[in-house]
Amino acid sequence: MRIFRDAGHLFRLAGVYLAGTLAFVVIRAAVVPHSFGQYGHYRGAAIAEIAAKPLHFAGHQTCETCHTDIAQTKASGMHAHVNCEACHGPLAQHADDPSIDPGKPEVAALCVRCHGASAARPKNFPQVDAAQHSGGVPCNTCHQPHNPAIAAAGGSK
Amino acid sequence: MNITRRRLLILLPAAAVAWESVLAGTPEASPNYSMTDHWWGMLIDIPKCIGCGNCVRACQAENDVPDGFFRTWVERYHVDDWNLENPQVISPDGGKEGFPSVADDPSGKYFFVPKLCNHCADSPCTQVCPVGATFISPDGVVLVDQKYCLGCAYCVQACPYGCRYIHPTKKVADKCTLCYHRITKGLTTACCEACPTGARQLADLKNPNDPIHAFLKTHSVRVLKPEMATGAKVFYDELDGSVR
Amino acid sequence: MPRVEGFMYPNEVSLYWSVLIVLYPYITGLVAGAFILASLERVFRVEAVKPTYRLALLTALAFLVVAPLPLQLHLGHPERSFEMYFTPHRSSAMAMFGFIYLWYLMAVLTVEIWLDYRADIVALSQSTTGWRRLFYRILTLGSTNVSPRALHIDDRVGWFITLIGIPSAFLLHGYVGFIFGSIKANPWWSSPLMPVVFIFSAMVSGIAAVMLLYMAMMRIRRQPIDMKCVDTIAQYMLYIFIVDFSLEMLDLIHRIYEADASFRSLDFMVHTKLWLSQVVLQICLGTLVPILLVGLVQVTKLSAPVRKRIYAISGSLALIGIFAMRWNVVIGGQLFSKSFLGYTTYKMALVTREGLLVSIALLILPLPILAVLVKLLPPWTTQQHAPDPEAGDEQPVPLVV
Repeated sequence: MRIFRDAGHLFRLAGVYLAGTLAFVVIRAAVVPHSFGQYGHYRGAAIAEIAAKPLHFAGHQTCETCHTDIAQTKASGMHAHVNCEACHGPLAQHADDPSIDPGKPEVAALCVRCHGASAARPKNFPQVDAAQHSGGVPCNTCHQPHNPAIAAAGGSK
Repeated sequence: MNITRRRLLILLPAAAVAWESVLAGTPEASPNYSMTDHWWGMLIDIPKCIGCGNCVRACQAENDVPDGFFRTWVERYHVDDWNLENPQVISPDGGKEGFPSVADDPSGKYFFVPKLCNHCADSPCTQVCPVGATFISPDGVVLVDQKYCLGCAYCVQACPYGCRYIHPTKKVADKCTLCYHRITKGLTTACCEACPTGARQLADLKNPNDPIHAFLKTHSVRVLKPEMATGAKVFYDELDGSVR
Repeated sequence: MPRVEGFMYPNEVSLYWSVLIVLYPYITGLVAGAFILASLERVFRVEAVKPTYRLALLTALAFLVVAPLPLQLHLGHPERSFEMYFTPHRSSAMAMFGFIYLWYLMAVLTVEIWLDYRADIVALSQSTTGWRRLFYRILTLGSTNVSPRALHIDDRVGWFITLIGIPSAFLLHGYVGFIFGSIKANPWWSSPLMPVVFIFSAMVSGIAAVMLLYMAMMRIRRQPIDMKCVDTIAQYMLYIFIVDFSLEMLDLIHRIYEADASFRSLDFMVHTKLWLSQVVLQICLGTLVPILLVGLVQVTKLSAPVRKRIYAISGSLALIGIFAMRWNVVIGGQLFSKSFLGYTTYKMALVTREGLLVSIALLILPLPILAVLVKLLPPWTTQQHAPDPEAGDEQPVPLVV
């Protein structure tokens, strides 16, 4: 068996590589996460992990389960489709523990962000130049934010 | 504005129970959410966007988006009517604090374009991920497994829309998740919740009752960069030809 | 000076692929090029370049060992890199890196070096002492058979390994070109020519590197430089350079002629932000000057000292020019906005993990590694040829092993 004698070193090399491949297979089986490949080429458990992230916004349906009177006031006005947290900010903490007082939004900056006049906004959108419109008086002096039209029934200070 | 103490005592337990059931929803554990029943997308109505930046702020608050990076942002276009190929576009801090007010320009027009991850059905970003850290879920949301991501940024390079970034402290890829943690509980995304004009609407293409079906039948919609053939699922109503 | 000119999508303002990602293709390019030079002798029987055969292989190994380092330093989570081996995503060109690299390192390069050096290794395992003896004994894998038949088997197997090593070298570097060339989102990168241009420029850089190293080492060892060898190497470098340049010009002309949606933005970028690195450094100094200089050698008779000077200058310029090419591709591809409406700037740090100092260190690191390899596996055991006074060779100094 001269081939084994003269090519013995090559067989030894092949043996080293075989051992390496086996080690690879064993380590791989131990290390790859179990849910990998469950739905596709990714860790299936990642989906549940991402879905379990905490909420910061409660969603207007939750606000309306308690604050029914405000929901009613809003529903008949121009802000009917403006959700609570669009102005009041994230309230999931408050929904979790209603004793936490979220505080009232800062009117001065808030209203102007949507209603400050700019030619860039759609023409039919209600917008005013704050200085000309009210001379610097806060918006909620005259407008009730939940039902902002002044002549509307139910709008009160 | 004043809820009476008596009403509170009646409503609170019911609200608490309702809230708990909202929090409990997970894709597999929740009996009322099955991934294969949904195929998520979004509808953006350009004429309704007023550039207030509520969506950008809400997204940052909901998802702890780091400063200087954006899961969603708003661009403002100024297009001279004869020059569609050269719009002027700005997006100051992603539109987070709105936009500076402008005077009228008789020779051109302005409009706002909110942008986010398009959750492409044939996404180039998931194609190039070397390890399977980013993928499209069975319900059509492109997600990043941040425990598996290497931070190689190949997906960031491959996205034609610029909606991905590498998180500066976590050092992994990050992007809009379509508020997956909200939509699987029956809530809407933070950006849609915060939008005051209804310019952004979450859409479930597999739900036959979803308003998007009627909308698509009666309006002209486009996706961004259709020539890239990404199967984008964010549909824009009245998207101008100048939009990049 | 503001960072952004015009408009960029907000997430595009910072660059995600830094100078380390410029370094990586540069280094694997040197590996591929050095290997191709070695294969010229082994497979294509270009006898003239035989003096550089072993040096080319060791150079390839020294650079190959350093190649993964820029990638590891760039990754956000390098400790997760094993995921590319355990769950490679088959649609991703980058996933193939781990396997191609491993294949090239373990099945091609180290095997070829081992087979070529085996007789020397066995001899050294018997003649040295201490830890060096142990090192060589491990390398023999316990076999001391250096009979003529065994060495003949080594030679045949080595030839075969070199043969499959050529497409393997192309794959090792070509896939990097494909990583860029297959990104439809980026018009500066997306092109079927990209892998081809990468491969040809890699060959130029690798050949130039081995040529310079050979000349430097002969100088250090005070051995005469084999002029026929370097003349032939320079010729091959010239031919491949001409092909490389033609391909790059084809890409440029095609872009200018078709002038698609991206053209204006890219054209402006080349004329402003990339003027120095692309037009001056890559094209003029890094490509045209070396081609003209080495071309001059082909058409006029120049003395050996002049030729050596020309080769040294051309080789160095080529190495710089091809680094500039990688820079222009990687960094250039991130300087413009995908909206085609603006540009950003690359702020390269100095001392951070992805900064300038680290890059310089990584570029230098293969040299001491090569020095160690040359010490352990000497490429030249005896004097190669008689000194040629006409070539300006000094009197040879006796070798001390």
